[in-house]
Amino acid sequence: MKQSYFKLLSNRCIAKSVYEMKLLGDTSGIILPGQFVNIKIDGLFLRRPISICDYDENSLTIIYKVVGKGTSTMSTMSEGAWLDLLVGLGNGFNITDSGKAPLVIGGGVGVPPMYNLAKELSKTGANVTAILGFNAKDEVFYKEKFEEICDRVYVTTVDGSVGTKGFVTDVMKNLEYSYFYTCGPYPMLKAVYDTSKTSGSFSFEEKMGCGFGVCMGCSCKTKYGNKRICADGPVLTKEEIIW
Amino acid sequence: MVDTRVNLSGLELDNPIIPASGTFGYGYEFSRLYDINILGSFSFKGTTKEPRFGNPTPRIAECTSGMINSVGVQNPGVDKVISEELPKMKTFFKKKVIANISGFSIEDYAYTCEKLDTEEQVGLIEVNISCPNVHNGGMSFGADAKNAADVTKAVKAVTKKPVYIKLSPNVTDIAEIARACENAGADGISMINTLLGMKIDLKTKKPVIANKMGGFSGAAIKPVAVRMIYQVYDAVNIPIIGMGGVETAEDVIELMLAGATGVSVGAANLVNPYVCKDIIENLPVVMKKYGISSLKEIIGGAH
Repeated sequence: MKQSYFKLLSNRCIAKSVYEMKLLGDTSGIILPGQFVNIKIDGLFLRRPISICDYDENSLTIIYKVVGKGTSTMSTMSEGAWLDLLVGLGNGFNITDSGKAPLVIGGGVGVPPMYNLAKELSKTGANVTAILGFNAKDEVFYKEKFEEICDRVYVTTVDGSVGTKGFVTDVMKNLEYSYFYTCGPYPMLKAVYDTSKTSGSFSFEEKMGCGFGVCMGCSCKTKYGNKRICADGPVLTKEEIIW
Repeated sequence: MVDTRVNLSGLELDNPIIPASGTFGYGYEFSRLYDINILGSFSFKGTTKEPRFGNPTPRIAECTSGMINSVGVQNPGVDKVISEELPKMKTFFKKKVIANISGFSIEDYAYTCEKLDTEEQVGLIEVNISCPNVHNGGMSFGADAKNAADVTKAVKAVTKKPVYIKLSPNVTDIAEIARACENAGADGISMINTLLGMKIDLKTKKPVIANKMGGFSGAAIKPVAVRMIYQVYDAVNIPIIGMGGVETAEDVIELMLAGATGVSVGAANLVNPYVCKDIIENLPVVMKKYGISSLKEIIGGAH
């Protein structure tokens, strides 16, 4: 973990209530895809944990949905603003487990951490398949960007306005894959768990106090003992999860 | 040069800054960010007789200028704290630590305290009789002068270390409870624990916290802390570790003027992991600004 200030490069609406923010700063605290940042926002007490969508040596991209005060304030920030971030939080995805044909499954704002993961997986020579689940066409984002790095990309929408009508699991159940990674709403994660045919990794969300492992605000029970979603997670493996 | 040293019942601290229990873990995460030996001491995560997972999640809710937590004293139990956590802490923290203990019965408190009594690293025992997040009576010890005195007597009987009783603000007359603890042999008072609070989500129309209620802390509670420290300072002759909403060196001085000898920093650690370092570095500057040469001299100065 590192605390540092980042300069806002761009902040644009890319789908209904969904924003993509690019930030310039020291990303050396980030080690793996699936980690997150914790953002201080003026006027609010706690930081806001947001998953890292992509990063390089000196910039990072986050994608967030406006759901409350924090994200609403973030959506009004303009280029040149400075943000106080804790970076490189959480364990991230282990990409050595993936095999030759990994599957990445994102639902809504669970899609962003899948992007850098898919990129890293494809660098290893794996044939990556992505399933991106949304409620409706106006919420879809990053489809083209995933198509650039994945062998196959499936989009599902609950209302059928684009892609396969239904849930990510409606596509997943017909696919063959060597391992899977997923992030999304809790009911989706549970459905993916029930549908899956191989081992996999799940990225969880929980209300956090600190985001770096000291307050015990986001603890959960696993088959391997108590874990803190922020520090021992957010990624848990299929084998250890207790629903 | 200004003098930031204070003394808690024989435990000499380089400065009054003590990260509060439950907001600093066992210090590991912070020791990776800066040398935490600059702290006066720190109060590690609350310890109970048996291991505890704590309460269901969500355990955290944000409020205006603060937060509600309902963690419920998650900890591995006193035996593991002694066999695993204390030896690890020793590798990066060379000063004495403060052991915060909780319990569900007088026997629990005495058991945990007795086990920690032989630990050389522990400089002081902070007895939490005020956590709002443990059922079966954790709170009731702090809400009643007689119970508070009974716990104090029981722990004093099994340890030679200084015992500070951590009091709840959720009472009618905190001075009466502090006096009862002093009469029962307490070496000091630690205050204030969190205020019992609640937040309701307008979308779900239900409390945010799974346990419905939790402990409210953060900048918003500082005036309550200052007032209560002021009242208790008048009521007792033993030192006070003051806490509640402290975020700056100015806040530290305010609590000391009210009557605190040591000052704990709680919720602010969760937002700014460097806050204690910032306060310690800024303390001499702020002391100079207000013409303070020694912190010992300002304790209770507002009276």
